[in-house]
Amino acid sequence: MGSLVIQNVQKSFGKVEVLKGIDLDVKDGEFVVFVGPSGCGKSTLLRIIAGLEDASSGAVLIDGANVINTPPAKRGIAMVFQTYALYPHLNVRDNMSLGLKQAGTAADVIATRIASASAMLSLDPYLARRPAELSGGQRQRVAIGRAVVREPKLFLFDEPLSNLDAALRVNTRLEIAQLHRRLKATMIYVTHDQVEAMTLADKIVVLNAGQIEQIGAPMELYNAPANEFVAGFIGSPKMNFIDGARLGETAKTIGVRPEHITVDPANGDWKGTVVHAEHLGADTNVYLDCEKAGLITVRIFGEYRVEPGATLCATPHPGKLFRFGADGKRLAG
Amino acid sequence: MTAARASLGRTAAAHAILIAYTLIALFPVLLIVINSFKSRNAIFREPLMPPTAETFDLVGYTTVWGQGNFIGYFGNSLTVTVASLFFVLLFGAMAAFALSEYRFRGNTMMGLYLALGIMIPIRLGTVAILQLMVASGLVNTLTALILVYTAQGLPLSIFILSEFMKQVSDDLKNAGRIDGLSEYRIFFRLVLPLVRPAMATVAVFTMIPIWNDLWFPLILAPSEQTKTVTLGAQIFIGQFVTNWNAVLAALSLAIVPVLVLYLIFSRQLIRGITSGAVK
Repeated sequence: MGSLVIQNVQKSFGKVEVLKGIDLDVKDGEFVVFVGPSGCGKSTLLRIIAGLEDASSGAVLIDGANVINTPPAKRGIAMVFQTYALYPHLNVRDNMSLGLKQAGTAADVIATRIASASAMLSLDPYLARRPAELSGGQRQRVAIGRAVVREPKLFLFDEPLSNLDAALRVNTRLEIAQLHRRLKATMIYVTHDQVEAMTLADKIVVLNAGQIEQIGAPMELYNAPANEFVAGFIGSPKMNFIDGARLGETAKTIGVRPEHITVDPANGDWKGTVVHAEHLGADTNVYLDCEKAGLITVRIFGEYRVEPGATLCATPHPGKLFRFGADGKRLAG
Repeated sequence: MTAARASLGRTAAAHAILIAYTLIALFPVLLIVINSFKSRNAIFREPLMPPTAETFDLVGYTTVWGQGNFIGYFGNSLTVTVASLFFVLLFGAMAAFALSEYRFRGNTMMGLYLALGIMIPIRLGTVAILQLMVASGLVNTLTALILVYTAQGLPLSIFILSEFMKQVSDDLKNAGRIDGLSEYRIFFRLVLPLVRPAMATVAVFTMIPIWNDLWFPLILAPSEQTKTVTLGAQIFIGQFVTNWNAVLAALSLAIVPVLVLYLIFSRQLIRGITSGAVK
């Protein structure tokens, strides 16, 4: 219950093409994350799946049925929004039950579902409160609860953590992961944060400029990015890109992740000067201006004492270099 | 307030300016009200003095009460104002919602067309409106006034409300759609409560010109049954003799209902219930 197929979906606003033919297959129970920079069309794609936006062409199939002409409420979906979007005039219980009441669900069924959802999200003490009387994290839990009680085929999340502060973001991320494990429901999650994508997804869809750049499991994207864009987008700090010619390589661009470089004060391939160092405790990010490779970032695990102006030599791990051709695609080997 | 933000001198100056403006603005109103309680001679002898035990006289109010059908005039004014206000707010909000929420061909042109009325005074069309009302048999009815005032109030209300409606969270409306609410319920239950302060502003701006208008009641509905208060007060102003007591009393009374309506709406102006809906 809850497969999704997207066939050649295109969307343009006037002359602007926002989505240029998207094909996607989501299996029942999968957690799929759409990730990409702002303006890449990921939210538009989600809104098309939800039925809040009409596709210019193409088909959206939920459980095998084309829903392109079905209104949002009849698609068997539930959505969690970035701004929570709770009804300000209703208390928590009514916020959660409104959709079910609209669909004509029996009162005792509504009561059971709300009881189990509020227990699951520990919302019991707040059921009689209004959204104005809740904190940001509680509001987002209510919004998730409102989605859960509908028992949808498809959960849609539109950047649900963006409005929360850093600590709450980690907690809520964990809650969403547990929710997925418990409900075994199909979930589509939109974010611009690659950390959320890596931590939550079974399958990541990387979008850029209205096109899918790559689809794959988190580690697949990390270890075998299809092109320069995906390589640069996945992983933090960002992958270093070095002009191939400077290193005497035939490839247009050479990519190496900051964590795949070791530094040594004396010996190494690329000699450079420390521009800046970020000490995070668990790791240290060093920005190194190398004679040969230009400005690169190096991620060193643990503490590493270094001052700006010092000289360090960097050596990339053998076999961890990515080579990209002139078209941005990754070259084999 | 801390010393870092304001000095005593600046606060005092600001208050002095505001108090001076308040006095200037209220002075004519105050003059009308105090003189309405004085005898005719006292009005002319010492127009600026408040009524004393000697000069106190309710003759103006008794004249207004006794002569003509002032209760009826008040009723007419109130009916016309409240009904026009209702339609202006209802249709204005609906049009504003459509303009701000839906993408359709000619959306911008329609918005401009509807806002045109802000710049062109409706009185320019008086002759045509009169012909229209004569042809449709609406002369000397309150309906004629309500229709004209609704048309008069709509442009500004659409203009202001559509700006506010654009600020209502899209997510909230979309959440309603996913929960299966109809567009009407989204409009009435989710959007309208959130733009209530804007509605109150529009209500105040719409209501006062309607209540005070003399032009259209005089032209479209001058009959005894459909007279409004402003028109009714004119019977005391003659070509040779003017009953100032009655005029001032009638005007003082005319302030009261509009003041009450204003107080109702101004409470809404301050109150906003949007907090908690979105971050």
